[in-house]
Amino acid sequence: MENVFHSVRLDDEKCKGCTNCIKRCPTQAIRVRGKKAYIISDRCIDCGECIRVCPHHAKYAVSEHFNELVKYKYRIALPAPSLYGQFNNLDNVDYVLNGLKKMGFDDVVEVSKGAEFISDATRKMIEAGVLKKPVISSACPAVLRLIRTRFPNLIGNILPLFTPLDFTAKLARERARQQTGLPDQDIGIFFITPCPAKRTDIKTPLCYEEQNINGAIAIKDIYPVLVQTMDKLRPDELEPLNDSGIIGVGWASSGGEAAGLLKERYLAADGIENITKVLEELEDEKLNDLDFIELNCCTGGCVGGVLTVENPYVAKARIQRLRKFMPISCNSLPAAFDLDELSWTKELHPSPAMKLADNVIKAMRMMTELKAIEASLPGLDCGICGAPSCRALADDIVRGYAERSDCVFSELRKHKNDGEWMPAPFRERSSSPANAAKGDGYAHDFVHTFLKQEPKNQTEQEKGETT
Amino acid sequence: MDSIKLHYDISATDFTRAGAASGDVKRTLKELGVSPSTIRNVAVAMYEGEINMVIHANGGVIDVEITEDAIKMVLADQGPGIENVELAMKEGFSTAPDNIRCLGFGAGMGLPNIKKYTDEFQLDTEVGVGTTLTLKVYMK
Repeated sequence: MENVFHSVRLDDEKCKGCTNCIKRCPTQAIRVRGKKAYIISDRCIDCGECIRVCPHHAKYAVSEHFNELVKYKYRIALPAPSLYGQFNNLDNVDYVLNGLKKMGFDDVVEVSKGAEFISDATRKMIEAGVLKKPVISSACPAVLRLIRTRFPNLIGNILPLFTPLDFTAKLARERARQQTGLPDQDIGIFFITPCPAKRTDIKTPLCYEEQNINGAIAIKDIYPVLVQTMDKLRPDELEPLNDSGIIGVGWASSGGEAAGLLKERYLAADGIENITKVLEELEDEKLNDLDFIELNCCTGGCVGGVLTVENPYVAKARIQRLRKFMPISCNSLPAAFDLDELSWTKELHPSPAMKLADNVIKAMRMMTELKAIEASLPGLDCGICGAPSCRALADDIVRGYAERSDCVFSELRKHKNDGEWMPAPFRERSSSPANAAKGDGYAHDFVHTFLKQEPKNQTEQEKGETT
Repeated sequence: MDSIKLHYDISATDFTRAGAASGDVKRTLKELGVSPSTIRNVAVAMYEGEINMVIHANGGVIDVEITEDAIKMVLADQGPGIENVELAMKEGFSTAPDNIRCLGFGAGMGLPNIKKYTDEFQLDTEVGVGTTLTLKVYMK
């Protein structure tokens, strides 16, 4: 298997085996077995939705510890622009960048710097007409993985350029080589990340061979120390390090990348459910009048990453304020730049994770069986079998991952006798016509209709309110 | 020969559900491992047909049959029928009312697009009786 590394993991001890994560996974990659959740490796796109929804905090993302820095003689931090939105009353990015240096990094290169080069390159490529329209942004690694898993037809529309992070890392490494003369193994480059998928992409990149990044440190992990360090900085000791403008920093939130192209015919969507809808429409060729489509897996864009500390909308508002003091852009490609320098070095291949079988005839037989099983299931999508929906259970059964008897309610219904306890969704409604639901979908007298109890008298408080 | 049969009832003028049938077929084909280009052709043709039924024909029924070598779609409605087939097949010609055009539909690309994306295209229509489209996309 090609994509075995994942940043999103499960803490077995904390997992209660509930249905929250299986329901929200956009690729239906999670099942519960033996009271614990399991992630199906080749379906997981590392989006981190399960981390967000787990009420027991059993899902987490692995990232590098600050101690990793000691392995390298020369250490470089690459802060994501979303980092700037995490601090209250920040009016100068140099506080953040100097704070990182004071924490133990020898150099700091902003990812928003690389972003400005990528914005410039994208503009040039769209103008040159060499890309298949609408062009889909390649910056969000979870989107890339979602497309190869669920929308392989759209791979040809993805912008085949480095992400801002990868290009920034390349710039940072070249600069460090020149300035220090150290061999590559002594130069440690760390991304300060809002996102678990980015870390996965660093470990197992889909579109490059080159590896310039040595690790990723979660914003939430570095935040407490960084805030303290920044508080101690005096204005007169600030080194001018900020080298990116409105366009680069704008990449932090949804719409920023698209706005940086200075074109009108673009769409920017964020949040996994919304981007899935856009990809569906794109696949049906309904969005062919657009030049560019920016998709971010997290709500609000990277500021909404699961490894950030601040609410995405607050972070976005702060970045808006910061940008006010910045130039439009500080970086552009030289006229005679070779675009190959920032192009993918590897083709992106579709992932066959959703396919039933390699052979179409076999897949068709399985599909026929699947449809029959699905029709026999109660359609409750309750998740008690450990699969996210009845349809997913039917799918698991034909693949041999589950059994028909895993559906608790089908089993119960088989053996139902009068008076035997049945789960609420299967109980008969009260036969009293006056109290039955009125056919408009509302249970006007829920207690009496569904629980077969006499309506309780008005409470004292309610009486008080009506008089 | 093995085949998978799918049936959909398309309700009239319900734009919130338009595209649900073609979406379901698309998902089924993906799980079967059908090639992306074949899936696209089926999805585009079927979506256009589905929308046509919603706009012009008070809904209808769609039957899809998937076999080893092709996807056959039969879209049948009991709508007004098409008066001038030649004109209806012209790109840019539309009889969609203004309220539909406001929704972004009715650009006159429906039937020509369906023909473009299918390998076999048969249009049977009778004014006052209804329209049946029989389409086939070969597995590639």
